[in-house]
Amino acid sequence: MKYLDEYRDAEAVRGLAAAIRAAATRPWNIMEICGGQTHTIVRYGLDQMLPPQIALIHGPGCPVCVTPVESIDRAVAIAGRPEVIFCSFGDMLRVPGSRKDLLTVKSEGGDVRLVYSPMDAVALAQKHPDRQVVFFAIGFETTAPANAMAVIQAAKLRLLNFSILVSHVLVPPAMCAVLDSPLNRVQGFLAAGHVCAITGMDQYRPIAERYRVPIVVTGFEPVDILQGILMCIRQLEQGRAEVENGYARIVRPEGNRPAMERIDEVFEVSPRKWRGIGEIPASGLALRESYAEFDAERRFPVAGITADEPTECIAGEILQGHKQPLECPAFGTLCTPDRPLGAPMVSTEGACAAYFRYRRREE
Amino acid sequence: MCLGIPGKVVEIRQQDDVPMGRVEFGGILKEVCLAYTPEARLGDYVLVHVGFAISIIDEAEAHETMNFLREIEAATSNDPPTPEPP
Ligand code: SF4
Repeated sequence: MKYLDEYRDAEAVRGLAAAIRAAATRPWNIMEICGGQTHTIVRYGLDQMLPPQIALIHGPGCPVCVTPVESIDRAVAIAGRPEVIFCSFGDMLRVPGSRKDLLTVKSEGGDVRLVYSPMDAVALAQKHPDRQVVFFAIGFETTAPANAMAVIQAAKLRLLNFSILVSHVLVPPAMCAVLDSPLNRVQGFLAAGHVCAITGMDQYRPIAERYRVPIVVTGFEPVDILQGILMCIRQLEQGRAEVENGYARIVRPEGNRPAMERIDEVFEVSPRKWRGIGEIPASGLALRESYAEFDAERRFPVAGITADEPTECIAGEILQGHKQPLECPAFGTLCTPDRPLGAPMVSTEGACAAYFRYRRREE
Repeated sequence: MCLGIPGKVVEIRQQDDVPMGRVEFGGILKEVCLAYTPEARLGDYVLVHVGFAISIIDEAEAHETMNFLREIEAATSNDPPTPEPP
């Protein structure tokens, strides 16, 4: 397929790997933010093609993984109500809550449906005026414009049987949390390309400056990722700490203006709890007061549901790059994709799932 | 979650005041909201995420990358062969 195949080309991958070997004279630790990038790296063995002194650290960019247990518990409580059609992206169904996951609610007779787009949930609300349709609005900045549009459409069509359960997170505060940690080893970032397609690059310049870290906006195919790594290593070797665009076919420096306007119309920045990490100030999005009637947490009595994180799962350390999945004692034994203890083993972008799928046999 | 797939715009129309379209991904057609790429024209390639086009793919920039890769390949082609990527 155009714009995919050429970025998986073996010749190009070999050329970039050689260029990285030539450029790297010292050890460097680089974090790829996005779980989609982690999967490409592990799947194609890109980390194993790098010189041994270059370490890739997997980042927090898996929205499913960072959704706190209490949001899952709230989703479970809402989805179990007889009047509700609960809509979600597929990845969320198997994420364990304190007592159960959404798939269990479905097997117990709850009307839980997988949707491809939040607009599918709006269409369901139109079709079923006698039911309450709730959409589980998770994701980073990439997904926020879609969820904002769903709310705007529901408001325009006066669909008062539609609401969203919001657990939206933002990338830049998570990067700062990683860098502020006393255990931090990260010296450069591959920024999440599709997040930057929406927000543009300006939000990253203060981070590059303040922490003296290079940040390279990077895509998701093997060639994109190696190109991002090469650009990042060149900066590190030259002592530069700039925001560079390694994904210019998709990302404009100013981002997507209409999308940012819609996000701003519907959402405001709020504190958010991150699974395994805790609350990070100004790290999420919440519905604005003007759209409060579409807030599932107001429509259903779930605000009182809170939960502690399970202790066996070290997702917090994995998500901050302090540990690798294979260092988790539960990995592959107590915790598998069939019986997951934590979200990183369930999500198609989770680091634990990537290692389970592509690395288990060789280790 | 942030998965985005490139596809070609093959139909554009208005629906409930929102620009919608059909995008083709290697022979498969999908309904896509074009509200965030209002300047998309038939034949453009867009990046689609959860049913929304979020960026029009810049062909000139894609060429630049390919040129950059060719330079790198030329510069490194004298290196000893490296193991095949799996
Ligand atoms: S392997 Fe399972 S228990 Fe361990 S960190 Fe990953 S998800 Fe949590």
